[in-house]
Amino acid sequence: MTLGLILAAVVLAATSGLPGVLLRRSSDWGQRIAMWMMVGAAMAGLGGAIGSYGADQTATTAIPWLAAGSPVVGVDALSAFFLFPILLMGGLGAVYGLGYWPQSRHRGNGRKLRLFWGLMVAGLTLLVIARDGMSFLLGWEVMALSAFFLVSTEDYRAQCREAGWVYLIATHVGTLTLFAMFALWRWATGSYALQPAAEGMSMIVKNALFFMALLGFGLKAGMMPLHFWLPSAHANAPSHVSAMLSGIVLKMGIYGLLRMLSLLPSPLPIWGGLILFLGVVSGLLGVVFAIGQHDLKRLLAYHSVENIGIILMGLGLAMLGRCAHRPEWVVLGLAGCLLHVWNHSLFKSLLFLCAGSVVHGAHTREIDRLGGLAKVMPWTAGLFVVGAVAICGLPPLNGFVSELLVYMGSLQGALGGRAGGSGGAGGSAVMLVAPVLAMIGALAVACFVKVIGAVFLGGPRTSAAVNAHESPLSMRMPAMVLAVCCIVIGLAPMAIVPVLDAGIANWAPDLRQSPSSIGDLVPLGTVSTMAIALVVLVVVVGIVLVRRGREAARAGTWDCGYARPTNRMQYSASSFAQMIVVMFNWVLRPRMRMPHVGGLFPPAANMHSHVDDAIMDRVLLPSGRRIEHSFVWFHRFQQGLTQHYVLYILITVIVMLSTLIPFGEFLERLFAP
Amino acid sequence: MLERLIYIALLLIMPPLLLGIINRTKARFAGRTGQPLFQLYYDLAKLMRKGLVLSNTTTWVFIAGPVVTLVTVVLAGLLVPAGPFASPISFTGDLILFAYLFGLARFFTTAAALDTGSAFEGMGSAREVTFACLSEPAMFFALLVLAKVSGTLTLSEMLHGPAGGFPASAVAPLVFIAIGLFVVLLAETCRIPVDDPNTHLELTMIHEVMVLDHSGPLLGVILYAASLKMFVLGAVLLHVIVPIQTGMAWADWALFVIEMGALAVAIGVVESVMARLQMRHVPYLLVAAMLLCGFGFILVVR
Repeated sequence: MTLGLILAAVVLAATSGLPGVLLRRSSDWGQRIAMWMMVGAAMAGLGGAIGSYGADQTATTAIPWLAAGSPVVGVDALSAFFLFPILLMGGLGAVYGLGYWPQSRHRGNGRKLRLFWGLMVAGLTLLVIARDGMSFLLGWEVMALSAFFLVSTEDYRAQCREAGWVYLIATHVGTLTLFAMFALWRWATGSYALQPAAEGMSMIVKNALFFMALLGFGLKAGMMPLHFWLPSAHANAPSHVSAMLSGIVLKMGIYGLLRMLSLLPSPLPIWGGLILFLGVVSGLLGVVFAIGQHDLKRLLAYHSVENIGIILMGLGLAMLGRCAHRPEWVVLGLAGCLLHVWNHSLFKSLLFLCAGSVVHGAHTREIDRLGGLAKVMPWTAGLFVVGAVAICGLPPLNGFVSELLVYMGSLQGALGGRAGGSGGAGGSAVMLVAPVLAMIGALAVACFVKVIGAVFLGGPRTSAAVNAHESPLSMRMPAMVLAVCCIVIGLAPMAIVPVLDAGIANWAPDLRQSPSSIGDLVPLGTVSTMAIALVVLVVVVGIVLVRRGREAARAGTWDCGYARPTNRMQYSASSFAQMIVVMFNWVLRPRMRMPHVGGLFPPAANMHSHVDDAIMDRVLLPSGRRIEHSFVWFHRFQQGLTQHYVLYILITVIVMLSTLIPFGEFLERLFAP
Repeated sequence: MLERLIYIALLLIMPPLLLGIINRTKARFAGRTGQPLFQLYYDLAKLMRKGLVLSNTTTWVFIAGPVVTLVTVVLAGLLVPAGPFASPISFTGDLILFAYLFGLARFFTTAAALDTGSAFEGMGSAREVTFACLSEPAMFFALLVLAKVSGTLTLSEMLHGPAGGFPASAVAPLVFIAIGLFVVLLAETCRIPVDDPNTHLELTMIHEVMVLDHSGPLLGVILYAASLKMFVLGAVLLHVIVPIQTGMAWADWALFVIEMGALAVAIGVVESVMARLQMRHVPYLLVAAMLLCGFGFILVVR
């Protein structure tokens, strides 16, 4: 029954774009039908996901569909956990598209966008319910390819095409690795089924599987240093697509990693250590690079790298706990990891939808060209503040709860194990996560204060900001739903404990007997009381103060009596970030063009600064250019004629066959009557 | 219950006195008589009766700044124990809430400063968030040391130390984090050598500059919340410096108040004998504090 609902959701989502393709370009009906079909798919799928908690979670069903390799599907707690954000955002994004990408104004690419939106949601859903390697890869590729078409929606812009190509290359490198991984998986376990592998797998195979999973899924998750494709792809896609890519699609890398790690027997401590280390690097560098950006959506994209880092820290902690037999590390780390997956998909989608409203209202993504939008777009500003407080991990919103869990997991290193001994060296290493997380938090605050200050507060810097307008209800409503989710999880974290517990029990079945519900390890009830007290007190004190202070006057900003300020004199986002950019000079390497201003009457001058991506612009592009130079001679084989390429393929296949089969047999087969 | 009420009363009433003590100390050093000890109380009473001048550019965020700061600092104060008494609220992991409440306050204070659209206030706000990136890890290192030494994750028990007092082996790390925490206290409450709270213009470059445009009750709330913050961070520091208890409740309360006053005198002395650092040197001081706390951490885990 629950599976039926979810499969219905897959079919509905996959076909949601078709009516639009069949209808005329000028008709709005295709979009409305697609929206309702997506909402229906979301309702059905969410219903199925909720229902799955009552049903038998180990059951799997084979779908008798030979063309797709008879996929085996099933919904366990881990699948259901990831289904929630996918379907929620799938439905909300379709509603958002109604105002953001209306067919009437985007006749050229509106139909394409909706077709691939539906396909991507279907692919994502199939991916998380897949129980064998082949259907997993099928879902993975449907997702990855639809995402490519979505990123290059505006393919008449060179930037979008370029972002799309980089994304396509990156995702296919990942897919190739996954093909290799599943082939090895089949060789080692005897089937493609995603069932826990038996103990006694050889060390080399286990390590190979782990590192291939880390590479393939890490590329998709965008962990440093495999994040290079992410900023431009997420910045150049339409905003609800960016929300989906950042909020949901990245998490599929995490899902894949979680799934594989739950199947591999007796993990090595080095795996957990490596994941933890990569998490620390991604978290710290992600936020530092975000601070250097001046494109609103690029900045948000880098924050995804940061949050993936936090998620990986939780996962690394859980893995180390499995090796060190510290169930409380596993429970807290994994709970932090899982909850941050949800939270990040909520607040990052919220922020991208708000950024979309800004782009929609002011027609620019440049932070330094905006300003004062809170007055013309009060809803968007308020929603953005909610998202920003949440992503900084501040109480009373949801980001705080998941970061609290990761902190608690890492601080457990300070306490003795249940055997009574101290945490040992592993414990001390794990504890070091706490100061790093503190620094990430402080940097995130700096980054989002910069964004809010430069985009929404102060006065408008350009005419684009003056003429901005609030977005329609169809765009605000999805953002409001996400904001409410953030607030509810922040104020009542106890409500999601059962879902987390089920996910943890599913991931680490060997822990089922030992303590541990999250609720026993972290007093979420008290946290919730404090959060509610915080909100209530702020509201009460605010009302009392505003009542008490009769408003004497509205005047210009005093600013120590400066008489003629202009809006262009405001502190810009770049100046705000400058101290931190200088502090992290060693990794950011900002490019500055600073004119010399001298003499009595200096001429007009302008200053320019830009932070390049560390991997893309400083490693991949230069080395790619060098490789290209050394392969100039190869151009004679690459003339651009398709027939030639097909010939190459044929030759390659024949050569491969002739080498795989003994030569005599090959000749015999070739010339057999 | 009575303990809690006494503590909450102290928390809400005593902080402005600390600034009076600091000012008196500085005046003595300068050979002046100085303001009355209770000057800040008079100022607060006056400000609360005044009207509110708002800038044309501001929005609700401008009002949220002081309000959120006040509420978060009071809540953070409720998590910290005074002397040997238990804190009014305590639970496992409250140390993280404690640190993050200050983060929330910073978020809204700095955003409120940017809301005025003034470059000057923007500078202050940029400095505040930058320096926090160094002082927050320092504070967490210090909290890690306390967690490791006491073996709990509750702020109250961490600060009280293990039963029977801190062990002798914990002395060196505790000295390290005491110095580190003192620097964090000076930076977070914007005292010399990090910031000079006495002037409004060129010399005061972090906190005071952010609140230039706040007036009337909002300014009152800001001043009050700043003194509360000093009280709360001071209470944390006192546990590390002087973990002395007499065992008699009334004597312990008196001791706590005296210790707090002595801390204010110490801050006043530092402010009198030192000059404010150049702005570009402030990060070095904070990094030093972070390193000290980090070394303290290494000493406890070795």
